[in-house]
Parts: sequence; structure tokens; C-alpha cells
Amino acid sequence: MDKLTDNQIAWRAAQDIADGAYVNLGIGLPEKVAQYQPPGREAVFHTENGILNFGESPASGAEDWDLINAGKKAVTLKPGASFFHHADSFAMVRGGHLDVAILGAYEVAQNGDLANWSTGPKGVPAVGGAMDLVHGAKRVAVITGHVTRDGRPKLLERCTLPLTGVGCVTRVYTSLAVIDVADGRFVLREKLPALSIDALQAVTGARLLTPGPVADLICPEL
Amino acid sequence: MERGNALDKTVTDVAAAVADIPDGASVMIGGFGGAGSPIELIHALIDRFRATGHPAGLTVINNNAGNGHVGLAALIEAGMVRKLICSFPRSADPVVFTQAYQEGRIELELVPQGTLAERIRAGGAGIPAFYTPSSFGTDLAAGKPVELFEGRSYVRERWLKADFALVKAETADTHGNLTYRAASRNFGPLMCMAAAIAVVQARRVLPAGGIDPEQVITPGIFVQRVVEVARPVQEEDLNRARATYPLEAE
Repeated sequence: MDKLTDNQIAWRAAQDIADGAYVNLGIGLPEKVAQYQPPGREAVFHTENGILNFGESPASGAEDWDLINAGKKAVTLKPGASFFHHADSFAMVRGGHLDVAILGAYEVAQNGDLANWSTGPKGVPAVGGAMDLVHGAKRVAVITGHVTRDGRPKLLERCTLPLTGVGCVTRVYTSLAVIDVADGRFVLREKLPALSIDALQAVTGARLLTPGPVADLICPEL
Repeated sequence: MERGNALDKTVTDVAAAVADIPDGASVMIGGFGGAGSPIELIHALIDRFRATGHPAGLTVINNNAGNGHVGLAALIEAGMVRKLICSFPRSADPVVFTQAYQEGRIELELVPQGTLAERIRAGGAGIPAFYTPSSFGTDLAAGKPVELFEGRSYVRERWLKADFALVKAETADTHGNLTYRAASRNFGPLMCMAAAIAVVQARRVLPAGGIDPEQVITPGIFVQRVVEVARPVQEEDLNRARATYPLEAE
């Protein structure tokens, strides 16, 4: 089955970020969204360890290890950047000041529940800021492959893994489709043009509703 | 009239700065990963432990659980830490904590990062508990009181205080007013508030008046000790050089 690359999923998610938006991107795949801001728009990116308006990584050898993002990667600053302590940083998160938070997912349920921090009791548990980031932003979006590496659905009626947050996700960008969470159900908004709704439903673990038109999901080659 | 010198909070060296931290103490350690990690103060504490057997049985509060074999990781590797309260005990090289945890030698209290920050802030602000949406409906809220506000559910969390804080600042004055460098600020201002004795290492220590009051990030009322560490090491640099405690020429 044809599917979007990670870069293309990130590109699609970036198209929904408005000019002037304050945005937190989760570690990993969501970080790619920053590369695809549409021309003419400027978003301010927040990293929960204490920077607003950070930019790309510096050249190798030019890293300043006091200037890192939440993934502990070296970053640079853009004009208008600011530093702040952790209590202020999470006030921005929980206090409703961010426009968008974009996270990765192990599982998303049709009621908006998200599981993205733990794959079970094995190993050392670690949560970081995930449980805070799912609360407070005006939109909480997920970007993810539509299925797991071994082909199992990630969009489910109910999450099976430990939850990060309850009823928090509002939109999911996958490698096959764009799906909203509305009134406890998945609503299909866009899908790859060559993919039938039946074929998409077959790799989705919960019913997809189509109350309105389903647009073609078309991305540039990335 | 002569002024007293009780407001001069400087101490001579890092060894003196941590000389009275007792067995069983709770110690907040600043930093997010390597940014803001007060490596020299941590290593002075390990030096003391190697020389005297004290302090042991510490409860450490930090965002992470150390990386490599320096700083907090070395403190754990020395066997000085009984319990760790943190949000993310993983790193590029987490072997020290992971082994101690899997062998049952260290207790872990896992706290969402924003809740950890707010618990520390609350401890410093005299607020014994607060409600947060974070962790509602998850395993980390198990057993905690929940209340509805404006139709949403919030979890009650308690303040977090400590006997000591070890914090890295950029500039201090003798009164303990502080500035920080870039994103190394992270937990420093909160931990200084929440600890009975906040011990700060700063790259420069200036006379009172040396920091423009407009630029002070942590007011000196929250700081009890200041020690100058003019050329602090950085955890990330140490790990890239595969350094281990004790550092050469330290």
C-alpha cells in the first residue's frame, strides 16, 4: 500500500499551523514539522525545557550545550527568543497559551485518548513532559504512521497501552489519512487518493465516519 | 557605620559548600540533562563520601537520572542515592541508573515534568497542594484525589521541598542574587526557593550591586551559599570525551 513518508506527514501537519502560532513539537517525528512551515507564515516554537523561538541545529562543532531542546539536541535562537524556568514553561503548556501541540503516538483511541509514553511494565518507566503537553494547548494533534511496524492498527476503539492523557487528541495526521476526533468518534477528513475508504477502514481499529466530503491527501515529494 | 557581613553568602570552595549535607538528606539538583547540571558541587559531594562514607541514603530530585559516569550518574554509581524523584530517567547513556533500578538498589518516584516543576515551585511558595490536569486518568494518578473544576477533572499534587539544593548559575553576587545562562536556567530558580539551604555554584561572583537588579532572575533571599566555579565543566562535553568521575586534574 502506498503511504506518505515521515517528511510528508510532517509537511501535511505543518500546513495547519497558522501564521503567528505558538507551537510545541514532541521529540522525534513531530520535530520535523518545523522544517515545513508554509512560505509567508512564521510560527514560534516552544521547547519545554525553557526556550521560545528556537531555530535549527547549529553546525557540528558549534554546539552550545546550554542551548538545547527537550530532546537534548543543540539548537539556535531566532530573533525574539526568550528563556524561562520550568514552572513558567509548563504554565505556557497547561495554561492554554500554546496554539498547537503535536505529539507522536503508540495508540490513539476514537475518544481522543492517547498512549505514547509507555509500552508496558518492562524496562525503566519515563514520562518527561508528555502528560503535561496533552493538556492546555488549543489543539492537540498527533502525527504517526497509520499502523505499527508489524502492521497493526494504531487508531483504536480503546487504547491498550498505558494512557498519556484522556480525551485529549483533536486531530491525527497519519501516513494514509487526516482524521479528526469529534464527539468520541473518528471522522475521516482526507485520505490518499488511490486508497479506498474500505481499504483504509481495514487498517483502522475503529469505525471511520464520513459525515462530510473526504478530500484527497496530496503532498509534495519529500 | 560598619555593615555586618552576614549577607555575604560566599564560601571558599565547593568542598566547604557541601560539607554539612547529612546522611538521608533530600537534595534537589538543578539541570535538564547537562544544561544547568552543577557537576563541581556533585563531585565535591562524592569526594566527601569517598573520604568519609558520608553522606549516604540521599533522596535526589532532578529531572533526569544522570548520563554516562559523571555528575548525577556518578553520585548514583557511588551508591549514595536511596531514592530518585524525576520525570525522565533515560539518557544517551543511562546504564548507571538502569542497573541500580533493575537490581532494586534505588527507588524511583516518576513524576510528569510539569508536575515536578510545579511541586517544587509550590514547595518554595508555601502552597502545600494544587490541582493539575496532567496525569488525570493515567497510571501516574493512581491513588491521588481528583476534583472537578469547570467540568474538567484535575489531580491533586503535593508540594516538594528539600533540605538542600545544588544549583548552577552564571553570575551571582555576594548576596546570592543570580542570573543563569540560556536554557540552563530550567529548575534552578524553583529549587533555590524550595530548599532550606540552596547551594549555588556560579561562573562569576560579584560584589553586591554587581548585577543590575533589573536582570536578577533568582533574588538572593532564596540562596544561602554561593561558591565561584570559574570554568565549570559541562556534562555533555564530558560524556562526548567519555570522561568518568573522578575527573583528571580536578
